[in-house]
Amino acid sequence: MTIDWIHFTPWLSLGGGLVLGLATAAFMLLNGRILGISGILGGLLTPKQGDIGWRVAFMLGLLAAPWAVAGLAPEWMQQAPRIDASFGVLAVAGVLVGLGTRLGSGCTSGHGVCGLSRLSLRSLVATLTFMSLGFVTVFAVRHVL
Amino acid sequence: MKHRISEFFVGLLFGVGLILAGMTDPGKVLGFLDLFGAWDPSLALVMGGAIAVGALGFALAKKRSTNFFGGALNWPTSDQIDTRLLLGAALFGVGWGLAGFCPGPALVSLGAGQIKAAVFVAFMGVGMLVYQLPKGQLP
Repeated sequence: MTIDWIHFTPWLSLGGGLVLGLATAAFMLLNGRILGISGILGGLLTPKQGDIGWRVAFMLGLLAAPWAVAGLAPEWMQQAPRIDASFGVLAVAGVLVGLGTRLGSGCTSGHGVCGLSRLSLRSLVATLTFMSLGFVTVFAVRHVL
Repeated sequence: MKHRISEFFVGLLFGVGLILAGMTDPGKVLGFLDLFGAWDPSLALVMGGAIAVGALGFALAKKRSTNFFGGALNWPTSDQIDTRLLLGAALFGVGWGLAGFCPGPALVSLGAGQIKAAVFVAFMGVGMLVYQLPKGQLP
């Protein structure tokens, strides 16, 4: 194993992680909600009365984040995103992520951050599963195919 | 109203965290998932930092019966580890490994006007709707 020292950003990533944890904790303490992006978005696609406002408010905040950072602290913006996947691959990946996160009841935030933070065995199993398949997929794409 | 304001700012804070952490750069995410190439360990620190603070917050919340505004604490109820969970997580992992986007960073990048993220999010919505269709037929 070789470390990619050029792209490794230990302090920014740790700091970003602490902020993610803070938002996760605040969502439960203030609003009584689990901060799981796929669940929050999924609920908007099949809206139920009285269960929409909080999802919309959260989503608007999430979408506004890049504007807030660019406006208030542009030096915090990381380098331009490297999106190597073609539109076709992005489409397939999008369907897999959408279907998979609904079927598995969570994504990196709901299972990975929230679930592990509250010591859920179910979320640990889910996280190890999607991480493993992520490792395997990248290995296949970059080193086999 | 205070709930709506709080939810907005929590969403904003979470998005800022994702940007700081580098999660909105699919190349960085794939660099973490590429154990056998030039490995970028950043995401391990993202997860570690998030879980450390999250665990403190949840430990505090578990001692309470209401949130700070006096409303309910909606804890997840399922602890089932079944085919659905494993299959779903597996499909998600493959999609994550193909694109380097998971839902949160994809939405933040959509907010930034990133066209490739918009395509990913549109098809992610399709995938979520597919899940709604065959209820009872999926495992």
